[in-house]
Amino acid sequence: MTTASAEAARTPEVSTPATPPRFSARTWERIRTGGLALWSGLALLYLFLPIFIVVLFSFNDPKGRFNYTWEGFTLDHWKHPFAVEGLETAVANSIEIALISTAIALVLGTGMAMALVRYRFRGRGAVDLFTFLPLASPEVVLGAALLALFLTMNVATGFVTIVIAHVMFNVSYVVVTVKARLEGMDRHIEEAAMDLGATEWTTFRKITLPLIAPGLAAAGLLAFVLSLDDFVITNFNAGETQTFPLFIWGAARQGVPPQVNVVATALLLVALALMALNLLVQRRRAAAAPAT
Amino acid sequence: MSLSRRRQLLPYLLLAPGLLWLAIFFLIPALNQLNVSLWSGTPETGQSFDWNWSNYGEALSDYHQHIIRSLLYAAAATLLAFVIAFPLAYFIAFKASPRLKPLLLLLIILPFFTSYLVRTNAWQTILADDGWIVNSLQTVGVVGDDGRLLATATAVITGITYNFLPFMALPLYVSLEKIDKRLIEAATDLYAGRFTAFRKVTVPLALPGIFAGSLLTFIPAVGDFVNAELLGTPRQYMIGNVIQSKFLRVQDYPEAAALSFVLMALILVGVFAYTRVLGRERLTEAAL
Repeated sequence: MTTASAEAARTPEVSTPATPPRFSARTWERIRTGGLALWSGLALLYLFLPIFIVVLFSFNDPKGRFNYTWEGFTLDHWKHPFAVEGLETAVANSIEIALISTAIALVLGTGMAMALVRYRFRGRGAVDLFTFLPLASPEVVLGAALLALFLTMNVATGFVTIVIAHVMFNVSYVVVTVKARLEGMDRHIEEAAMDLGATEWTTFRKITLPLIAPGLAAAGLLAFVLSLDDFVITNFNAGETQTFPLFIWGAARQGVPPQVNVVATALLLVALALMALNLLVQRRRAAAAPAT
Repeated sequence: MSLSRRRQLLPYLLLAPGLLWLAIFFLIPALNQLNVSLWSGTPETGQSFDWNWSNYGEALSDYHQHIIRSLLYAAAATLLAFVIAFPLAYFIAFKASPRLKPLLLLLIILPFFTSYLVRTNAWQTILADDGWIVNSLQTVGVVGDDGRLLATATAVITGITYNFLPFMALPLYVSLEKIDKRLIEAATDLYAGRFTAFRKVTVPLALPGIFAGSLLTFIPAVGDFVNAELLGTPRQYMIGNVIQSKFLRVQDYPEAAALSFVLMALILVGVFAYTRVLGRERLTEAAL
């Protein structure tokens, strides 16, 4: 019965190959692709709308405290990005914290990823799950819990506690990223090195490290950006220390100065340059691969 | 002998520093939080641990509205993010040329290299009362003449959807990209219509991405307080706003700690239920 009805449904298409039904199927395909492309374009527009605003309003010349309506073009804020009190310190703190916490998280996280991918040991599954937990907890819970610990331990919050907090959430991101790279790697090269008498440390330095370098770069960039941009956890553990996101939060009530837009745009340009560089290196590697 | 002993110890040595860091600054704070949530007393008179479970009762009765609102907003934002991101991810995975793909993926990530707060602040400008969006919506009558977008639930949900969209789009893309296109061809060769092939082949194979994407969107969304604070009013405040203000402004630590645990419990229950539902759906899909 089902076969018969399927046969019946198919008959016209088979008997008249190049006539309207098939043509209309192609038209439908075109409409579908067009619709998808249109939707994707609109989605990207949604993604970029606030970015246009951020960039545009870095050139705005607001008359009052609020930088919400367009009041004329000026380059003043680009010439003097740190004319607002406290912004320079906040940005400097943010970059310093991001550099330190990324370095620590990279070392700790790479060690953990190596252990999890390269060795079979008791409790491996539990460690794997435990490392993932910070990523599955809302930031407000992580930040509040850490603050409560510092309070009960009588630890004064400030620069150091921010670094501690950032390392905590970044370790998990590094583990996930580096693990993915290690899992895709050919183990035999490492084994060959060890068969030839290289110690674990030499093998790691000369074989593993160069091979996972792109993974480390990706993990480092991710950790750096996450640290630079973290607001929620930092807000709980900052004490009197200012970071760039904390500065914006503090300024939000009285109106965010256009200089913040300048710094944000500049950071975006740096990120764009780094990503373009990464893409270029990958293309070159891909181009070089068949030759070797 | 000593070499093999070293080999056995090595994974633990590699793990130890990172694990120790996570134990001290993630696990212990969580346990400490549980302890704090059972304190009684006020900051003025001194607080101490005495199994004060009533903190949980008070937290639930005082703030059940915030909890429900958080769940609703996060669910709405997750659904919206899916509706926006799925066709986009599908287009990149199936329709875009190999040269265009990396560029499109870059375009998805790029906006998120500007600060979270700067982006949310830009939404304030976009949704402002005399902004062009509100004006055009007023012209077509969607928004009343004195209606507004800023300081409404719509604004908060728009902001949340926006801020967590890549967490939805990227896992969706990854799972769609992995699908062997020949499977879909096989389905259509076997007389499945386009839609049937999509429903019975593409969607089930994309389920891991849908699962990961919605969790990665929902979890940060349900705990968020930045969007409600910057784009809403106290009437849109979520559970995150309460936890944040109890901790940092009122310093009512026990109730804030209790609320944190309620939030975590809700997330765990949600994840579990979601796994069960999706798991069962996949089972029924396989049975058909």
